[in-house]
Amino acid sequence: MARITAGVGSSHVPLLGVAHDQNKESDAYFAPIFAGYEWTRNWEKAAKPDVVILVYNDHASAFDMKVIPTFAIGCGERYKPADEGWGPRQVPDVIGHPDLAWHIAQSLILDEFDMTIINEMDVDHGLTVPLSMMFGRVEQWPCRVIPLAVNVVTYPPPSGNRCWALGEAIGRAVASFPEDISVQMWGTGGMSHQLQGPRAGLINAAWDNNFLDGLIGESDDLRRIQHIEYLRETGSEGIEMVMWLIMRGALGPATRLLHRHYHVPCSNTAIGHIVLEPIAPSSSGA
Amino acid sequence: MFTAARARQGYHLNQFAMSLMKPENRERWKADEKTYLDQWPLSDEQKAAVLARDYNRMLDLGGNIYFLSKIFSTDGLSFVQAVSTMSGMTVTDYQAMMNAGGRSPEGLRSKKEQR
Repeated sequence: MARITAGVGSSHVPLLGVAHDQNKESDAYFAPIFAGYEWTRNWEKAAKPDVVILVYNDHASAFDMKVIPTFAIGCGERYKPADEGWGPRQVPDVIGHPDLAWHIAQSLILDEFDMTIINEMDVDHGLTVPLSMMFGRVEQWPCRVIPLAVNVVTYPPPSGNRCWALGEAIGRAVASFPEDISVQMWGTGGMSHQLQGPRAGLINAAWDNNFLDGLIGESDDLRRIQHIEYLRETGSEGIEMVMWLIMRGALGPATRLLHRHYHVPCSNTAIGHIVLEPIAPSSSGA
Repeated sequence: MFTAARARQGYHLNQFAMSLMKPENRERWKADEKTYLDQWPLSDEQKAAVLARDYNRMLDLGGNIYFLSKIFSTDGLSFVQAVSTMSGMTVTDYQAMMNAGGRSPEGLRSKKEQR
């Protein structure tokens, strides 16, 4: 049976893609950011997941205002890096896993999550920056990737509780896939940032770190945070953090911390990163 | 905040900005901004705000920051450069604020708290 073996949370700031692509990772500004991903790059080489389900948001690249899906799952064979206005990133194409993706899509819809199914799209920095952060410079990405796009651009985004519940449903879907493969769940975006208006540049390190704390262990308090709290405490774009809750929900009732990183600033934002593994329920002994 | 009301009001403004994703459209836009803009059913206020690069005004008129980013990217500006213009700060002062840990949420959580 397929298993969810770990969860990864990370910011997906486009500037990190620029720094990576232009070999600036060791510049004074970027070094403390990338230093926090060294542990993860080494760990991923040993972990060797077969598939990553990558929760992210599109930033007016594949989707425009014509169609705005709340939850969309990529069931295609492959995805090209998007041209976001300065040419596509020179990173490998993203190879999908249509069998598992279709299995998850069917399972979720029958589980009452009304997913949008995507067979063709380009993927922007929201998806390719986390891949670069976790895998570094590679000829091809070391695993298959299932994109899971969430609308956090046009209000209202889905609630934190709904995101957590979707994660739980993805966990059930993966567990019922017959192949014996290792699946990681990544949630991306955040942390505190506001990209607009007079309050631009808002950073709330205390709140961000409480959020990271809340992902660890047995608590599910984070699923009850309301949109208004994200907006007030973490800025208008801090709402992206609901995507981390899909990752957390998929890990099951309890998690153990493997690695954690936080740094300000990166562009207009606070960088956050966490690696978690699910703790199997003690009664099963599995 | 990009509410449903703003999404309705700003639909064509955002779709115009999105059109700048295509290199051939960027060339036409750079060659003659006004003529390019007149092909889109924007209000006069929206057109004036775009031509003046008044991002706060564009937000008020229904612009969404991720769509508006196509305009400043076409101008060769980074997110930090463009975003700082909305906060009434110089780019240098804004960057210094970010390097010092960013803008504190104290007193800025809501309009009520600002009074």
